[in-house]
Amino acid sequence: MPVGKIAGQPVWQHRTPRARLALWAGWLGLVALFVYCWQVMTETTIWAFVHDAPAQAVDIGSRMLPPRWGYIEKLLLPLWDTLNMATLGTLLGVILAVPVAFLAARNTTPSVMLLRPIALFIIVSSRSINSLIWALLLVAIIGPGLLAGIVAIGLRSIGFIGKLLYEAIEEIDVSQVEAVTATGASRGQIMDYAIVPQILPAFCGITVFRWDINIRESAILGLVGAGGLGLQLQASLNVLAWPQVTMIFLVILGTVVVSEWVSAKVRQAIT
Amino acid sequence: MLRLVSLTKTYKTGDRALSEVSFEVPAGQVVGLIGPSGAGKSTLIRCVNRLVEPTGGQIFLGDTEITGLARGELRVLRRRIGMIFQEYALVERLTVMENVLSGRLGYVPFWRSFMRRFPEADVATAFALLERVGLSDHADKRADALSGGQRQRVGIARALEQNPELLLVDEPTASLDPKTSRQIMRLIKEICEERNLAAIINIHDVVLAQGFTDRIIGLRAGRVVFDGAPSRLDDSVLTEIYGEEDWAQMRRAEQEDEEDARAEMRRREMMAEAR
Repeated sequence: MPVGKIAGQPVWQHRTPRARLALWAGWLGLVALFVYCWQVMTETTIWAFVHDAPAQAVDIGSRMLPPRWGYIEKLLLPLWDTLNMATLGTLLGVILAVPVAFLAARNTTPSVMLLRPIALFIIVSSRSINSLIWALLLVAIIGPGLLAGIVAIGLRSIGFIGKLLYEAIEEIDVSQVEAVTATGASRGQIMDYAIVPQILPAFCGITVFRWDINIRESAILGLVGAGGLGLQLQASLNVLAWPQVTMIFLVILGTVVVSEWVSAKVRQAIT
Repeated sequence: MLRLVSLTKTYKTGDRALSEVSFEVPAGQVVGLIGPSGAGKSTLIRCVNRLVEPTGGQIFLGDTEITGLARGELRVLRRRIGMIFQEYALVERLTVMENVLSGRLGYVPFWRSFMRRFPEADVATAFALLERVGLSDHADKRADALSGGQRQRVGIARALEQNPELLLVDEPTASLDPKTSRQIMRLIKEICEERNLAAIINIHDVVLAQGFTDRIIGLRAGRVVFDGAPSRLDDSVLTEIYGEEDWAQMRRAEQEDEEDARAEMRRREMMAEAR
């Protein structure tokens, strides 16, 4: 009991002695588990390779530098493809995610028993599969190229946008909804006047954030045949053209920095 | 005009918020609904426009039985009842004009409200109402740019934009300072007189209720324990509604508040004249 008495004086402690003991036992257990896992993990490590690692890193580094600056000419079109893939994919994701979010939010779903679980399942399954895996599947289904990449990005974005958006919908101020309902507004009008204005800033922020993530992800989707910079990366890696790989890395880095800056600016502007 | 017949509300948790509440409000009467927190005041006025579904009894507005209306009919009925809220409940990110026009949502089709193309007459009414509540210059501001008193005025304009027959007012002054509270109550009272509007006002402040209503209904634990003229609200009745307390002291404190407010007004007037 946190509040007790010692020599007639009331004392307060954050935890009971029993809770403290349990806490210590818990930490001890965690440390033991960590030590055990470490052993399992390193059992199959070949230490010769690990000792060699610094030398290998220096070797690859020396081959990667300097970057092949002239290669940029051949990267511009794939870069454009990558940006389009990210943007169109985000757009597709948004179009699919908005209805899913409204079905998943407890306060807007038409049926808590049936539609809400379905919407939540869509969100979870979209989130549980990485874009790269989506692309792998889609390249097999609709063939290599940008379309597979766009759809992969779109499908992965549904979960992200859907989840954050439905959480935003669930956090809205109910009294504004009540007030608009009291005027005799229809369901559509309540959504337009009471719900959309409240979630609009969150919606813009989430979308731009996802677009920013999608640019990073679409840069590597080419590795599995979905077009864009990744395709060039694959080709360069295959022929061990390390200076070209470095150049691609630099282009990806630059793009990500710019997209992050844009997304930060946009999110700043809407609040 | 409004008639409640043994209205009862039991929440799913088993809490009985209202038991057998019956009373009638004629057109043009302003009723103050007082009672301790949890007495069922909010539930009562929300039952009238069925934001909360009653579990027993009947409510009539004119000849229409509100309890028992289907969804579509309920929407049409809600247009006849304006509602004013405690924390204003304006849509914060919309402009003052959009908020006032949202009072017409029950009358216009979806596409008109979505495109914000309301009929000219509605917009003219909105301008007139903003003028009436003293906010003509603020039509284009966003609601969250206004002060508390101004926001509540927008709330009043929104309710009147519906051209209602009845006002439901839920703690209109709970978030306002004493002086603004009196101004808002005075405004509601005046508007009800101008338009021969009936109103039910939930209010915590007994002295305000006495000052600005025609009739007081006291609620305790979901039952009507007092119903009469404000002047009949004496210490024994207050004890009946709220429990034991030194009521004379409350009245003195209110009076001092009011005198302070008056002194402040005089001081400002003198300063204005001096300029």
